[in-house]
This record gives sequence, C-alpha cells and structure tokens, in this order.
Amino acid sequence: MRGILKIAYKLLVNDSSKFAALLLGITFAVFLMVQMTSLFAGILNRASATVINVGADMWVMDPAVQTVANSIPMPDYVLDAVRSVRGVRYAVPLYSGGALVRLHSGAYQAVNVLGLDDTSLFGRPKLIEGQISDIFAENGFIVVKDSEYPKMENPKRGTEFELNDNRGVIVGIAQVATSGLFGVPTLYTTFNRAIQYIPSSRFTISYILVEPKNINDVARIKQNVAALGYVALTKEEFMKQITNFYMFKTGLGVNLLLMTVMSFVVGLSISGQTFYTFVLENLEKFGALKAIGAKSHELVYMILFQASFTALTGYGLGVGLCSAVIALAKFRLPDYAAMITFTNLALAFFMVLVIAGISSYIGVRKVLRIEPFDIFRG
Amino acid sequence: MPATAIKTTALCKWFGDGEARTYAVREVAFEAYFGEMLYIVGPSGSGKTTLLSLISGILRPNQGKVEIEGVDIWDLPNDALAEFRLKRIGFVFQDFHLFPRLTTVENVAIPLILRKCNWDESIAEAMKYLEIVGLKERAHLPPVKLSGGEQQRVAIARAIVSSPDILIMDEPTASLDGDTGKNILSFVQKNILNDKRCIVIVTHDARISEFANRILRMEDGKLKRIDSNGDSHEK
Repeated sequence: MRGILKIAYKLLVNDSSKFAALLLGITFAVFLMVQMTSLFAGILNRASATVINVGADMWVMDPAVQTVANSIPMPDYVLDAVRSVRGVRYAVPLYSGGALVRLHSGAYQAVNVLGLDDTSLFGRPKLIEGQISDIFAENGFIVVKDSEYPKMENPKRGTEFELNDNRGVIVGIAQVATSGLFGVPTLYTTFNRAIQYIPSSRFTISYILVEPKNINDVARIKQNVAALGYVALTKEEFMKQITNFYMFKTGLGVNLLLMTVMSFVVGLSISGQTFYTFVLENLEKFGALKAIGAKSHELVYMILFQASFTALTGYGLGVGLCSAVIALAKFRLPDYAAMITFTNLALAFFMVLVIAGISSYIGVRKVLRIEPFDIFRG
Repeated sequence: MPATAIKTTALCKWFGDGEARTYAVREVAFEAYFGEMLYIVGPSGSGKTTLLSLISGILRPNQGKVEIEGVDIWDLPNDALAEFRLKRIGFVFQDFHLFPRLTTVENVAIPLILRKCNWDESIAEAMKYLEIVGLKERAHLPPVKLSGGEQQRVAIARAIVSSPDILIMDEPTASLDGDTGKNILSFVQKNILNDKRCIVIVTHDARISEFANRILRMEDGKLKRIDSNGDSHEK
C-alpha cells in the first residue's frame, strides 16, 4: 500500500502548478477561516477581560446585565443578603464604570475604573511596580500596563491626573491577563474611592463577587440570589453570556458566520475545481492502472491520500500564515484583538476535511466510473 | 504442438438490447499458443479492440468463455480478475499511457508496486527491464522527454516487468513512423517473445505483418480467417 501511496504522492507534487493551485486554495481558505474566527475569539476574550482579570468564581448582578461593561448598580442590602446565604465563603462588592480623566498635558482620556473591596482588595491585579497597599494612599490609583497604557501618557508612579475635579495619583503599575475590548486604559482603586470620585446613582455596587465554600454550594447560592431578584453566574457562565450577547444580539456573529462560510466556499471552489481538473487529466492513467490490475479500492486510496495530503499541508500553511499575520499585526497594532484558540483550529480543520472530502468524492466518482475498456477504445 | 495460452469459445459481445442490439463480437472461437505472436487485424469497427478487451479480462462478454491457461477468467470475482491481470497479463496501450509526472523507471515499476513489492526493489527490477529495452541511461527522465519509439519501449518494459505469460499490445505502431514501428516489433520478436509467452497484437498496420506467426482477421465482429505462415483458411 505504501508504494501506491508513494505513486499518488509523486503524481500530486510533481504536477507543481496544480499542486500549487490546490495548496493556494486551501491555504487561503484556512487563513480566512482562522483569521475570522480568531478575530471573533479575540473580541470575545477582550469583552470578558474584567471577568478574567478579576477572577472571581461567582458574579452576582442584575438580571438585565448582558455584558460586564454594562453593569446595573445594585443596592447595598443585596450584598448583605448574599453574605448570609449558606455556602458563601465571602462576598465583596466591585465597582466597574467609565470615567474621563484629565491628563498632565491637559488632554482628556476615557478610562475604565475598577473599585476593589476596601477590606480584601479581592480581584487585585499583579503589580509590576509599587505595593498593593499603596492603593490606600491618598488619591491612589493603580494603572494597568497594557496596550492602552500609552494613552495615559505612559504614567509613572507619582504621575498625577484629574478625575472629576479630584486629584488622582498613580501609586502602582499592574499587569493583567487580558486587555479590555474598548481601547481605554484601566485604573484600579478602592471601592469607596471609586464611588466617591465618580458620579453614580443611588445604588453603587456594580457586581458582587462571591467565593462559594465548595462547588456543591453553587446551585444553592444561585437559588438564593434568584429569590432576591438577582442572578448569580459562575465565571464561565458569565463569559458565556457575554459571548452569546456579542454572537447573537449584535451583527458580529452573523458577519463572522458569513465570512467563514464565504472562506469555506472560496476554498472549496478553488480546491474542488483544481482537484477535479487534476483527476480528469489523470483519468486515462487511472484507467490504465485499472487495466493493468489495480483494484478500485486502491485507486480510491490514492485519491483520498492526495486530497488529504493537500488538505493537511494547506491547513498547516494556512494556520502558519494566519499566526504570522496576527503576530505581525500585534507587533504593529498592540490593540489588535485576535486570538487563535483550539476551537478555531478545530473548526478550520473540520472545514478543511469537508473540502477534502467533497473534492475527493468528485474524483473518486470519476475514477470508479472509468472503464479500462475506454482506454483501449481511446 | 505448443501449449494453448488463450482459448475462446463462442465469444459474443453486444451493446444495447432489443432492436438496438449491435454485435461487436459474434461467436468468435480461436486459440493462441505460447511462443507465438498472434495479430488481430481488420477494418475500423470490425471488433478487434473489443475482442482484445474480452480476452484480456477488462470487458465482460455476453456469451462464451475465455480461458487463459485453462482458467475461465470470467468466472473469477472482480478483485481476483484484477489480480490475475496484474500477474499474468501485460498491457501495451496504443497511447502508451505513461505517467508524465513519474520518471521512466518509476513508470516501469508500477506493476511491481501494484503487486505490493518493496519500492526500492521494484525500482531495481524495473531498471533491469529498462536495460533490456536499451533505455537504462534515460531511467530518471520523465517520459515526455523521450521520443515516441522510446516511450513505446518504456511501455513494453512496463508490460513485461512482472513477467506475464500473455502480452497484449494495442496498435503498438500507431504512434510511430514506419521504421521505428518495424524496429519495435523486431525487438519484441527477438527479445520479448519466448516459448513461455504469448503475444497478442491488435493492429491495422500491414507493414509489420512480417513479424506475426498467425494473423486473425476480423470483419463485422466475426472471425473471417486465420492466416498462418503464408497459409490461410476461411472460418
């Protein structure tokens, strides 16, 4: 069998123009598919940045909340009520909101402010400069050093700014796992300072972060929170909810689907047609092989091998090209929100298999139908 | 008396049914022997290519039998028949049907590779046959770089590389000029034909008739006459 496959391999790669066209088609399709889905994955990841960076196991929120950026403030009693639920190890408030800061240069810059529980500082970021306790210093803020950091005019410890006529001072520089989606810098401070400096409604708690005693308590906590008229989601559920919002309640999901389908169709058209031409050109030769004594299933193996080899090589090239483009884009544009996930790769792989399957099906049909007698008839 | 290589009995092949039925081969019975070069000749449409396909196991007859060394080949299941062709019958096609993307020696090695022989051993064996047909020096060129006569010799090497008992040649001189055609047939007669091999050739090229031991003449699907060593008898 290996000998037959070697013949198939040589027939394929030695026809360099056809092989190049086949590879180009599949590589292009894979590139587009992975690129589109990676962009979407990157956007979704960034949309959940606060959830990922804060890292709480459970989040309590108003039932109308759809994304972490659009919180609906809750009254203080909810925090007390949640703390009293059996199975809650602890529950702390989180402030999350937008604000405008006036920088040293006089320019205004939108920022995202996260106010951490004053007692525990639960959800604090990893500091690369300064001490976390400095957050309690007068007007203390910690700035996140991510792709948005330069928009704050690259502040250092001690850099001052204005936030709603209040003085703010950078006391630490932090690192987080994921940057936000909306291209604004992130500042951490205490909960009480956040609600003091930023105008807000009567209610001030954006989210209540809950640590259950153990995994079995999650259901009970959800039930008790629901009885209060609020909703408690695990970290994964909250991220899923955010994903669903962007996928199904904005145009993003449909656009992504359309682009992915188009990429698939383009890849299928180029590869399918080229492979069909390739098989057609070799059809008489396959007929001659049949006459000589090759069995039908051996010819099918040859076609399947050729289609699979092309598909897998194109897949590798496509993924490699996409990775290179994303790396280059991130190098030039730090805000570029693309992320290749295993799901993206698996989806593209599945689609490539479908392309290979359809292309080889067309080829196999032709090869099985060719009669050796046709070779004699010319 | 030489042993019988091929024996056909009341061989019939028709296409279509009812009033549309057309006979391509009708009641053809003959024997071919080891050590002979048997020509099948006749005008276009006389059924000689169909007959060649029937006796080589690639077109199923509607009636009659084809026995090769006593084996009724059309009693064999499809895969067994393919295996039989691979081991016992060599083919030289009219247009050679060499793979342009393989080297000459790889083309010759194909039947051995189909027989699941090791790749390197198949190539080494194919090289010996290329030497027999005088093309060892061109072994690593693609067939498209060879002349028509050389391609024909490559096709012959491919047909005999697995030492078949029966060699089937379809219009072997159709793509060649007169001298090259004669040289090829002369080569086949001297180097390929032996007491353990029967060569059946379909041709309408009268210039090469001198190499035939017997000539089977077809007309309208029927066997009209068999000429042998200058003699002939009507069927």
